[in-house]
Amino acid sequence: MEIAVKQPLKATAVKVRLAALEGIWRAKSGHPGGSLSAADILTYLYFKQMNINPQEPQWQERDRFVLSKGHAAPGLYAVLALRGYFPVEDLATLRHPDSHLQGHPNMHLTPGIDMSTGSLGQGISAAVGLALGAKISGKPWQVYTLLGDGELQEGQVWEAAMFAAAKGLDNLTAIVDNNNLQIDGSITEVNSPYPIAEKFRAFGWHVIEIFGHCFTELEQAFEELKTIVGKPVCIVAKTVKGKDVSFMENNVSWHGSAPNDEQYEQAVAELKAKLAEVEG
Amino acid sequence: MADIKLATRDAYGQALAELGAKNSKLVVMDADLAAATKTSVFAKAYPERFFDAGIAEQNLIGVAAGLSIAGFTVFASSFAMFAAGRAFEQIRNTLGYPHLNVNIGATHAGISVGEDGASHQCCEDIALMRTIPGMTVINPADDVEARAAIFAAAELPTPCYLRFGRLAVPRVNSEGYRFELGKAVTLKDGKDVTIIATGLMVSEALYAAATLESEGISAGVLNIHTIKPLDEEAILSAAAKTDLLVTAEEHSIIGGLGSAVAEVVSEKAPCRVLRVGVRDKFGCSGPALEMLKRYGLDAKTIAETVRAGLGK
Repeated sequence: MEIAVKQPLKATAVKVRLAALEGIWRAKSGHPGGSLSAADILTYLYFKQMNINPQEPQWQERDRFVLSKGHAAPGLYAVLALRGYFPVEDLATLRHPDSHLQGHPNMHLTPGIDMSTGSLGQGISAAVGLALGAKISGKPWQVYTLLGDGELQEGQVWEAAMFAAAKGLDNLTAIVDNNNLQIDGSITEVNSPYPIAEKFRAFGWHVIEIFGHCFTELEQAFEELKTIVGKPVCIVAKTVKGKDVSFMENNVSWHGSAPNDEQYEQAVAELKAKLAEVEG
Repeated sequence: MADIKLATRDAYGQALAELGAKNSKLVVMDADLAAATKTSVFAKAYPERFFDAGIAEQNLIGVAAGLSIAGFTVFASSFAMFAAGRAFEQIRNTLGYPHLNVNIGATHAGISVGEDGASHQCCEDIALMRTIPGMTVINPADDVEARAAIFAAAELPTPCYLRFGRLAVPRVNSEGYRFELGKAVTLKDGKDVTIIATGLMVSEALYAAATLESEGISAGVLNIHTIKPLDEEAILSAAAKTDLLVTAEEHSIIGGLGSAVAEVVSEKAPCRVLRVGVRDKFGCSGPALEMLKRYGLDAKTIAETVRAGLGK
């Protein structure tokens, strides 16, 4: 990837982190850890990969995205706002009763949301249905879904994985945000889903393993998946929960709690320094 | 009542195949029970539009949701126990919350599953399904009504739960029957009691009413095929006409039609409501007709309940 292209993506991802955190801080609730770990993946999808039109969110021929780990909604909302689906100012209304930005994604309220999610394990099935629908309609659109690694503990994920491979859905890509933490601790301590790549391979998927904060690796993965025929693709992206906010990184207590004013100020200072660095 | 006896699940398979011919955007899914749910009839006619999820009901509902947002009208089937029961949360969150155009064709509902026993006899599905906001719940009385209900559900852009049985049941409606979603059907007028029935208990209610008539008790029969949205007007009108209402359903007395009727009259026209249904019990293995008798889901029990209610 050209440095000129990579730099805006990196800067955008920092802006996504800032916007997601601002929403969570204002709402005094939400999930910062998983929003920050998914920020680069979501940025790449919406700013580079997906065939979409923010001016026409319901455009029939668009690629589809399902946030199976629905609690990373603040991250996705930030990406959608920065991509132009709705005003960035709306992010301040996150988790308010009459806001279109509910705690978890609602397809009928938020422009750009293709499927309502929130209950783990269910989004991937809907993504499979969308991919199957595209196949039988002869439509070229691609379907992407983002899963948490703790989410892989849901049995339904594997029901969906088995079905997608059995139907040869090569228009489906599942990305695992492998930040290694879930509410009750590390995923290994709680109920290990490892080895993740081997499991998806055994279920008949083509698997690509990358570092989920590297845009070069993201680009290579998304280029590679275009060459895969007859199989769904799983990108296992190693990530850091709470990425780019020092006190949140790899700290499970930031899974689902909002920063106080002081913590928020520190986070903003760190992210602004990061932004200056990448825009350097 | 005609002498014809057919299972509502047979009407389901047939109706799906007919709808498949009319609507190329109609797809059908099953979870390894196609031969039993009768979606196999559709599968045979339109194999390219039939998808078997295998024994995976949670994914069945999720994939149906995805197909729906991809622009298809979906019918997804399993036994009531595994559709409404096992996949309840998937139906609630992935179909109900986003109001998707998926119809759940749940067969083998109730105690009349018979020999398979309690693990397969779902008497809780109406209760579960009617609590979901925006869900339509239909429990047809016979094959004619089932067919009409399936055609109506196919036109409905929101989620619908259709409850079908395994057992062949008497046809209570004539061929020219006009089904209206959410509208109860008065099958017989009565002065002393109204029997409000649903599903296979409608024919039992008619038998009971005939017996009661011969004893000088005037019993009306109201068929509630649509449990949600409930025809409150028809229930309130029955409550105004007769002092006693007796509900009859092949479902738990907790949360089903009896509860729904009691909810309406207790708020708007308090009157006595007695419920015939499964009395907070699990079933057991045995021939369907024997099961219905054993759990008090028959004309005899309805008539006894009416007599008790009237102090006769």
